[in-house]
Amino acid sequence: MTELGSAPVSPLGPEDHVSGPASAAVVIEYADFECPYCAVLSARLAATSLRRAFRHFPVRSSHPRAWPAACAAEAAGLQGRFWEMHDLLFADQGRLEDPHLWQRARELELDLERFDEDRRSDEVIARVRRDFESGIRAGVVTTPTVWAAGVLHPGKIDEGVLDRLGRGAGRDTRYHPLRSD
Amino acid sequence: MIEPGSPAPEFTLARGDGEKFTRADLEGTTTVLVFYPFAFSPVCTDQLNLYHEVRDEVAARGATLYGVSCDATWSQTAFREQLGVAIEQLSDFEPKGETCRAFGVYHPGGFPQRALVIVDPDGVVKWSYQAASPGDLPGANLIFDGLAT
Repeated sequence: MTELGSAPVSPLGPEDHVSGPASAAVVIEYADFECPYCAVLSARLAATSLRRAFRHFPVRSSHPRAWPAACAAEAAGLQGRFWEMHDLLFADQGRLEDPHLWQRARELELDLERFDEDRRSDEVIARVRRDFESGIRAGVVTTPTVWAAGVLHPGKIDEGVLDRLGRGAGRDTRYHPLRSD
Repeated sequence: MIEPGSPAPEFTLARGDGEKFTRADLEGTTTVLVFYPFAFSPVCTDQLNLYHEVRDEVAARGATLYGVSCDATWSQTAFREQLGVAIEQLSDFEPKGETCRAFGVYHPGGFPQRALVIVDPDGVVKWSYQAASPGDLPGANLIFDGLAT
């Protein structure tokens, strides 16, 4: 039985998708690809010098295409293109059906057969579920939710928080250096 | 609100099919009553969507989730169907709020507080929680904390 009781936001690990300078302050975003506020947040984070980690938090009855989109991003990640698929998914949230996912995979020159097999695999589903469950345990209730400097910020994050983190305030040094993927 | 260790009060709620749901339905199983203010309101929508996503894990612990509000059964059914969630809804419509009052979760504004009550198979309250404000959404982690007590 999966443990889902309260727990702090889990530390970054090798399975996390992380980008940004290793020395920068860390933010962890719980998001889904069908959420328009998540797309806005993603664009804002991309414009900062923060070190960001993306974790899936798809809620099917809110956003029915969020789960398949999350699995597509993970399948692209297995071919080394997670962040590129992440960007393409957020760039056009009105097109998240299977043919649109295949089109993105072609655009990224992925092995399409492998992509399609991977995105339906138990491994990928478990990977997405792992992120979701870490969010549940931390008390995430909506997307986007940002963890920054030890605090969860549900919904739209205040402009000042990211600005302050970008200037180095609230830097969290509990995490070990991580690889980017 | 009702405290852990208290026997669940006598109450009657209406199920979507018109049948009654009473204290007797609590016996023999663990029950999670999710009191929420209003069908179709934004936070209640997010809450039921979120809890629906963990319902299998709740069931794996031998418990069943129910949504409880003062909305009419027709409204609750429409709400549940629009969301596509499987959590059964129980109506405290008439006499309005009587069950909410019995559990100590009736808001003076005329709607349920946002509250969670877990009742054990013997009909005794195992755990209870009321959000600081009806606008606050309790994380699903709290349900699992409550079930583990």
